[in-house]
Amino acid sequence: MKLTLKIWRQKDAKSTGKFVTYPLDNISPNCSFLEMLDILNEQLIRKNEEPVVFDHDCREGICGMCSLYINGRPHGPDDAVTVCQLHMRKFSDGDTIVVEPWRAKPFPVVRDLMVDRSAFDRIIQEGGYISVNTGGAAEANNILVGKENAELAMDAAACIGCGACVAACKNASAMLFVSAKISQFALLPQGQVEAKQRVKKMVRMMDELGFGNCTNTYACEAECPKLISRSNIARMNREFMCAKVI
Amino acid sequence: MAELNSKIPKGPLTSKWTHYKDHQNLVNPSNKRKLDIIIVGTGLAGSAAAASLGEMGFNVKIFCYQDSPRRAHSIAAQGGINAAKNYPNDGDSIYRLFYDTIKGGDYRAREANVYRLAEVSNNIIDQCVAQGVPFAREYGGSLENRSFGGAQVSRTFFARGQTGQQLLLGSYGALSRQIKLGTVKLYNRHEMMDVVIVDGKARGIIARDLITGKLERHFGHAVIVATGGYGNVFYLSTNAMGSNTSAIWQIFKKGAWFANPCFTQIHPTCIPVHGDYQSKLTLMSESLRNDGRIWVPKRKEDAEAHRNGKLKANDIPEENRDYFLERRYPAFGNLVPRDVASRAAKERCDAGYGVGSTGLAVFLDFRESIGRLGKNVIEERYGNLFQMYEKIVDENPYVNPMMIYPAVHYTMGGTWVDYELQTTVTGLFAAGEANFSDHGANRLGASALMQGLADGYFVLPYTVQNYLAGEIRVARMPTDKAEFDEAEKAVQARLDKLMGIHGTRSVDHFHKELGKIMWEFVGMARNEAGLKKAIELIRQLRDDFWKDVKIPGTMNELNIELEKANRVADFLELGELLAFDALNRNESCGGHFREEYQTEEGECKRNDEDFKYVAAWEYVSEGQFKLHKEDLAYEEIEVKQRVYK
Amino acid sequence: MNLSFIRFSSITKKIWMAFLGLFLMIFLVVHLGINLCLLRDDGGAWFTAAAHFMGTNYIIKVFEIVLFAGFILHVFLGIVLQVQNWLARPVRYMVTNKTTTPFLSKYMIYTGGIVLVFLVIHFINFYFIKMGLVSNPNMTPEGEPDFYTIAIQLFSMPAYSLLYIVLFIVLGFHLNQAFQAAWQTLGVNHLQYNAFIRRFGIFYAIVVPLGFIIIPIYFLLIR
Repeated sequence: MKLTLKIWRQKDAKSTGKFVTYPLDNISPNCSFLEMLDILNEQLIRKNEEPVVFDHDCREGICGMCSLYINGRPHGPDDAVTVCQLHMRKFSDGDTIVVEPWRAKPFPVVRDLMVDRSAFDRIIQEGGYISVNTGGAAEANNILVGKENAELAMDAAACIGCGACVAACKNASAMLFVSAKISQFALLPQGQVEAKQRVKKMVRMMDELGFGNCTNTYACEAECPKLISRSNIARMNREFMCAKVI
Repeated sequence: MAELNSKIPKGPLTSKWTHYKDHQNLVNPSNKRKLDIIIVGTGLAGSAAAASLGEMGFNVKIFCYQDSPRRAHSIAAQGGINAAKNYPNDGDSIYRLFYDTIKGGDYRAREANVYRLAEVSNNIIDQCVAQGVPFAREYGGSLENRSFGGAQVSRTFFARGQTGQQLLLGSYGALSRQIKLGTVKLYNRHEMMDVVIVDGKARGIIARDLITGKLERHFGHAVIVATGGYGNVFYLSTNAMGSNTSAIWQIFKKGAWFANPCFTQIHPTCIPVHGDYQSKLTLMSESLRNDGRIWVPKRKEDAEAHRNGKLKANDIPEENRDYFLERRYPAFGNLVPRDVASRAAKERCDAGYGVGSTGLAVFLDFRESIGRLGKNVIEERYGNLFQMYEKIVDENPYVNPMMIYPAVHYTMGGTWVDYELQTTVTGLFAAGEANFSDHGANRLGASALMQGLADGYFVLPYTVQNYLAGEIRVARMPTDKAEFDEAEKAVQARLDKLMGIHGTRSVDHFHKELGKIMWEFVGMARNEAGLKKAIELIRQLRDDFWKDVKIPGTMNELNIELEKANRVADFLELGELLAFDALNRNESCGGHFREEYQTEEGECKRNDEDFKYVAAWEYVSEGQFKLHKEDLAYEEIEVKQRVYK
Repeated sequence: MNLSFIRFSSITKKIWMAFLGLFLMIFLVVHLGINLCLLRDDGGAWFTAAAHFMGTNYIIKVFEIVLFAGFILHVFLGIVLQVQNWLARPVRYMVTNKTTTPFLSKYMIYTGGIVLVFLVIHFINFYFIKMGLVSNPNMTPEGEPDFYTIAIQLFSMPAYSLLYIVLFIVLGFHLNQAFQAAWQTLGVNHLQYNAFIRRFGIFYAIVVPLGFIIIPIYFLLIR
């Protein structure tokens, strides 16, 4: 395959960036998108240029590190996959591919296509857990969880924290990410004790960090590589209302 | 350095750990605040230890190279976590879990450590459920179990195919809570470059801020390394791209001996290599072997026709198929342990029966089970795996058989530790896959998560406290001490040297070359001549690397090539040690197979007389390692041959 | 206007938006009911009576204040949310987003804005007259503004009628997205009810604007 890549290059957080065009030839359609970038980097290094920096790690779609906005879609043109599992056969020979970093105020660009997503960590630190100390936990089967709720909790817990929801949302809202964690615990008996504090604190931090508001376009759900449902957002709204009112 | 002292507590096996806990030294709360602990790595072991020690009141600093602690590669574990809960009432017990683990490890693990692991396995499940980990449930609401390789009972707890992720998010939550409370400080996008030793004790690390490129000094009364395994020495593996050996290699050079490096696990069911550009191998859960049948063509011409794309798998008639696992191991069939299945597949491919464009693949066929159970049942059981396969390979596995090939998956070897998980350097601990302790020569499925969390939640909090009880009079040291100066200078010199090479070839080039050498000569089957050749080739490659590697950019900025170069430099040394160890171990056991030592049927031939020991290597100088042996005494278990026929 | 609204959490603002939106949707049905009186061939008797009732009844007068406040708040919050949303992405993408989203769901602020423009015109024509803010030559014998005559005059202008029709189509799209979004915001998202909510939303978004649209068509084409 022959491709033209337009990639955002930015030296560091303070510099202004720009798009740079790179032609690329002889790409196998069985190559993953990141392997295609590896090939580009190899060529850049050979030419004594600096390679394109992008986040990636596990390359099997679970760590949540890879984060590229490709031709107007987070994680590119395939559905329900992360960039690392996107393959070049989803593109056509001769395509021009524009690659941008996630864009959101709370996700500043670190370099090129790499952004800082520690905002997500800060939201989790506010209450994305159940406060139990190590040791002294009760016998596991003392806590019964109905299969239906256990499955729904697992659906929500499958979030990999990649930030595609924020990247896709026209408002850069983090509602899907936050609600997935809130939902997981709202559906489990273990999560009830701190439920009210949890939702209030996490939402406050989400707002403080400068994420946008949800306007129900459901772009987050459409782009989520793990198919997290927007029903989690509804559940979070419910939890939030109850926490505020009751 | 003195001989190895594994510090196993006295008394009967079943009460050693209780005895240890009852008699360990404690630190009072006001002193805990004055004690600093450095933890490197945020996987299951690292994050669980950081959370637990933070809760206890110690000051913890935790480091990871990723952007968030939640990215650690523990997250990729699919299958499950073992525990001896005996919920299905099928006769499981702590002893049985202990026994299966020792046997699965081919009698090369330390009894006392493994027994403790089995003992705390139940606490792990309790702890994780309390944290809200969404394990699979029965309709009645109780926890569900499934069976897994190498056991006759169902003792595996799981959260769909994402158990590792859910457990890691559990410990990441606990860690996040401590970060919020201020007991733990997180240093993300930081890489440990070296350990600092003051008066014979580990007292801190030199870390590099990967964003600014600056070197930092951090003091700790104790240092815990939980940086995972070294499978990426093979370049292609199921490990994450960033997984590396640098932390355990640097401490090795500073006196923390390295045990059993040759014990590496090759997982049989991975998606085969498809091209030179490939960066990573993807694992397909072992559970597929429950319903899939593994075969290759019986006739070489069929195999060749398939390789050339002239023949489709489905066009090969039943009588021309060789179900080689069922043929060789009628009792276990397709469910033989990982090492056995991997070697059998390699044997067929080497003999010229491999399929796929590269000839390095065998079929995993679901046609029969789809016929027997219906497509729906197969879809229910393996739907997500089939979908993943289709995304990557672009072939429908419901219609055409999958193609699989073994890949490097886990490393049983690692830093030598005693019963307290302390290395041969005082005050320096190693946990999780980074240490060698619990899996012997082969790890059973669903045991890695168990070990990581056992070390982090239930072992280190006790043993580290026991060590720190003797350190309460040691005040925090300023980091401008001579030892810190020296360590930082050495790191700086190494980075300067790397940046100063200005060669012609990329880091990846060398890493791929190393991988090829390792896979060919130190991979699934090894022999003396090959290992000697490997050592020679690795040395040569290392020389080339230090002469010819090309790293663009500068040191004082985010420089991904420099990061990689620094890691590959260590792999280039570790690879040699791995080959050394494999050469030394004149036997076949578990993941280590020496062609000279096999039975007539081509099975592992262990040599308990001469090799029933842990090989702990001491670093002398580059390419020079000194062997120390820790004899393995089995008091509870009778050592037997593993038979799967 | 109390500006502490700006500092409300994002979800609180959203919930207010949803409540107010649903409230306005109820009002719209009442308004439609009155407007449909125009279609009666009674010289505007029913319509004038309804207008008289709406203009004089004390309960209605109280509700009028609530309605007006609710309306302003809905608009105000919409603008605040939108500004915050713009600020949340200071650097835009070069390639506009290609994610598949429900029709026009991304453009609520614009459909809302268009409806607002119409409402301003509408207020000038009717509501401000009632308030006495705009002079008006058409009076009933009782001394109240003669809305029936005003309406008929307006609808007899093809340009006005056309504008009116287009704006109600836009309102329809706004309402279609708004109805199910409001319930989602209020936390009602359940497999059992989602289909009903969606269908009812579509039904409402078609029937109510259509009801309004019939009137100018009637005046332009039939009468």
